[in-house]
Amino acid sequence: MKKKLISALLCVAMVSSMLVGCGSAETEAPAATEETTAPAEESEAPAEDTASAEGGKVYYLNFKPEVDDKWQEIAAAYTEETGVEVKVVTAASGTYEEVLKSEIAGQDAPTLFQINGPVGYNNWKDYCLDLSSSELYNALSDKGLAITGDDGGVYGVPYTVESYGIIYNDAIMQKYFAMDGAKAASVDEINSFDKLKEVVEDMTAKKADLGIDGVFASTSLLPGEDWRWQTHLANIPVYYEYKDNKVSDMDAIEFAYSDNYKNIFDLYINNSTVAPGLLGSKAVTDSMAEFALGQCAMVQNGNWAWGQISTVEGNTVKEEDVKFMPIYTGVAGEENQGLCTGTENFWSVNSQASEADQKATLDFVNWMISSDAGKDYMVNALGNSAPFTTFGDDEKPTDPLAKEMYRFMENGKTSVTWNFTTFPSQAFKDDFGAALLEYCNGNMTWDDVKELVVTRWAEEKSATAE
Amino acid sequence: MEKTLKKYFLVFTLPTVVAFAFAFIIPFVQGVYLSFCKFTTVNNAKWVGLSNYKTAFSNGQGFTSALGFTVTFTVISVLTINLFAFIIALLLTRKIKGTNIFRTVFFMPNLIGGIVLGYTWQQMINAILYKYETTIVSNAKYGFWGLVLLMNWQMIGYMMIIYIAGLQNVPGDLIEAAKIDGATPWQTLIKVKIPMVMSSITICMFLTLSNSFKLFDQNKALTDGAPLKKTQMLALNIYETFYGKTGYEGVGQAKAVVFFIIVAVIALVQLSFTRSKEVEH
Repeated sequence: MKKKLISALLCVAMVSSMLVGCGSAETEAPAATEETTAPAEESEAPAEDTASAEGGKVYYLNFKPEVDDKWQEIAAAYTEETGVEVKVVTAASGTYEEVLKSEIAGQDAPTLFQINGPVGYNNWKDYCLDLSSSELYNALSDKGLAITGDDGGVYGVPYTVESYGIIYNDAIMQKYFAMDGAKAASVDEINSFDKLKEVVEDMTAKKADLGIDGVFASTSLLPGEDWRWQTHLANIPVYYEYKDNKVSDMDAIEFAYSDNYKNIFDLYINNSTVAPGLLGSKAVTDSMAEFALGQCAMVQNGNWAWGQISTVEGNTVKEEDVKFMPIYTGVAGEENQGLCTGTENFWSVNSQASEADQKATLDFVNWMISSDAGKDYMVNALGNSAPFTTFGDDEKPTDPLAKEMYRFMENGKTSVTWNFTTFPSQAFKDDFGAALLEYCNGNMTWDDVKELVVTRWAEEKSATAE
Repeated sequence: MEKTLKKYFLVFTLPTVVAFAFAFIIPFVQGVYLSFCKFTTVNNAKWVGLSNYKTAFSNGQGFTSALGFTVTFTVISVLTINLFAFIIALLLTRKIKGTNIFRTVFFMPNLIGGIVLGYTWQQMINAILYKYETTIVSNAKYGFWGLVLLMNWQMIGYMMIIYIAGLQNVPGDLIEAAKIDGATPWQTLIKVKIPMVMSSITICMFLTLSNSFKLFDQNKALTDGAPLKKTQMLALNIYETFYGKTGYEGVGQAKAVVFFIIVAVIALVQLSFTRSKEVEH
C-alpha cells in the first residue's frame, strides 16, 4: 500500500517538475524579437570596403518596435554594401531598459544602443563612448542637442527630432465649423484652452450629428500604455515651471501648473469615446484605432503616430485631414505656444566593446547620415527628421504630421522643449500614471495626485542622484 | 559494497554535482553576493554592505505592503484551493459515470501558461465589469479576488489529482470496519479518510503555499500591480525594483534574498508540522 502511494507521489513529483520546467522556460523567453541578419557572403563583399570591415561587428539594440522590419532591411543592405556584419535586435515595447541591461552584460553586447536623455546617460555612463571627435557629432546641426557629460565629452547624439500635440481630423472639424452655432469658424481661432474647451464641449453635445463617439480618443491608462499622460502631457506643466525658475532641471518641483494639467486632462477624459471608469483597459493602439476609424476628432500623440493611423484596417481618415494643434492648458500667453518638439532618442556607442567593433559602429552610423542610401533609409523608411547638416531641405520626411511639424517650426510659434528627459525615473512616471488612473476611477482627488507627483519626484530624484 | 559506494561516491555523482553547481549553487551564491553590491550589470558590481537591505524595507519601496498583500492572498488561496480540490476529489472517487472525463477536464487548466491565463481572465473579468463602466484595475479588491479566482481555477485540478491518488489508497477494510462500527459518512471522512491522506495534504499544502507565495506571471498579466501597486505581489515587486529603476538592481537582489528566506522558512515549518500528523500505514 505504502509503495503504491509512494509511486503515485513520485509520478506527481515527476509531472510537477516537468510542468515547472515548462513554466519557467516560458517566462524566461527573451522579451526581444531577435532576428540576426546573415553574415554577408565573402564573394559579394566589394574589395574597397574591407578596410572598415576588419573584424568589427555592429550590434544595434533598437528602441522602436514599429520600425523593426525597416532596421532589418537596413542591416541587410549595409552588410551587402560593405561586408560588415550588422545585427539588429528590437526590444519589445516598454522593455528597452531591461533588455539592454541583460544584453550588455552578455558576451556579445550591443555596440550601438539608445539612451533617452540626461537621466538615461546617468544610468549608462559607464558604457557610453565619448563621441566628441566622431563624424556623427560633428555633423549635428545644433550641437546643443547632444548629451554632454560633466567632463565635457559627448556621450549621446540625437538621430531624430519629434513633435507631439493634439492631432485632429480636419474633416470632422470642418463639419463642425459648418454647423449652426459653432463656437469657432476655423481651427486657427482655437488658440487658448478656454476656446478649446468651448469648442470641445459643444462638439460633445453635438456628437451624434457629427457622427463621432466622443471628441477625444480614449485616454489610455492601461499600465504601460499611459506614457502619453505621465510623460508627454506632464511635460507641459514642468516646462512652464522650469521656465519660471529659469532652470533646466530641478531636484524638487512644486507642480505649480498642476491646475493646468487638470484642465486639459479633465477635458480629455470627460469628452472621450468611453466613460472615465473604463480608461484602465485602453491601450494606445485603441486610441489610435478610434482616431483612424473616425470615431473621434482628436487624439494627443506625436508625428510618429502617422504610421499607426495609416495602417489601421478600414481607416477613414484622409492623409490631408491629419493635422496638429498645440496642447493648450490655460497658461498665460499660450497663444504663441507651438508643438512640443525635441527628442529622447540618442545614439550611444558602447565604450566597453572592442575597438574594432566601435570603429565598425561609428562607420555604420556615419553611413546612415552621410551616404545616399543611408539617408534615404533615415528619412523615408524610418521617418526620422534627422538633425544633421548632411541632410538637405529636400531630404525631410513627407508624411502629413512631419509636414505639420515643420510648418509649426517655421511659423514663429515657440516650441515647448522636451523636459521629460529630466523626469527622475520610470518608477516616477509609472506612479504618476497609476495615480491618474485612480483619479479617473474616483479613488483619488486631484490634490492627492498633485501631492503624489511632488513627493515621488523628490524621492526619485534623490534616489537616482546617489 | 557499502564501503565501495562511499569510496566512489564522488565519481558516481560528479556529473550531477557539476551540473547542480553550475545551474544552481553558483548562481545562488553569486545572487546572494550581488545583494550586497551596487551594480547595473553583473559584471561591474561594487560592494556596499547592508545598505541595499535597509533600502528594501524603507518606505516608498512597497516591499512591506506587497508582503502584506501576498500573505493575505496566500492564506485565502491555500484554503480555497485545497478545500475545493478535496471536495472534487471526494466526488470523483465515488465511481460516478464519466469520472475520467471529469478528472481530465478539471486538470486541463493547469496545462495553460500563467501569462496566457492572466490575460484571458483579465479580458473575461473586464468584459463583465464593462457593464458597470469599470475595470479590474479600478479597485484593488477586484484585482485581489480576480487573482484568487484565477489561481483556484488553475490549481484545483492539479491538487485534485493528488487527493484522488491519496483517497484511492485508503484501505477498503478500514472504511468497511468503520461502517460496521456504525460511523456516519462524516465521521468516516474526519476520522479515517483525512488521517489516511495526510501525506497528500502535506504535498498539496506545500505546493499551493509555495506557488501562491511565488506567484508572478498571473499577477503580472492580470493587473500588473494596478491600481497604484495595491495588487502587487512580492515577486512582481522584486521584478519591478530590479528592472523598473536603474541603480536599484542591488535592492531588487536584496529583496529576492529576503524573499527566498521567507519562502524557505515557511516551507520548512509547514512541512515538518504536517509531517508530524502523518499516519504510518
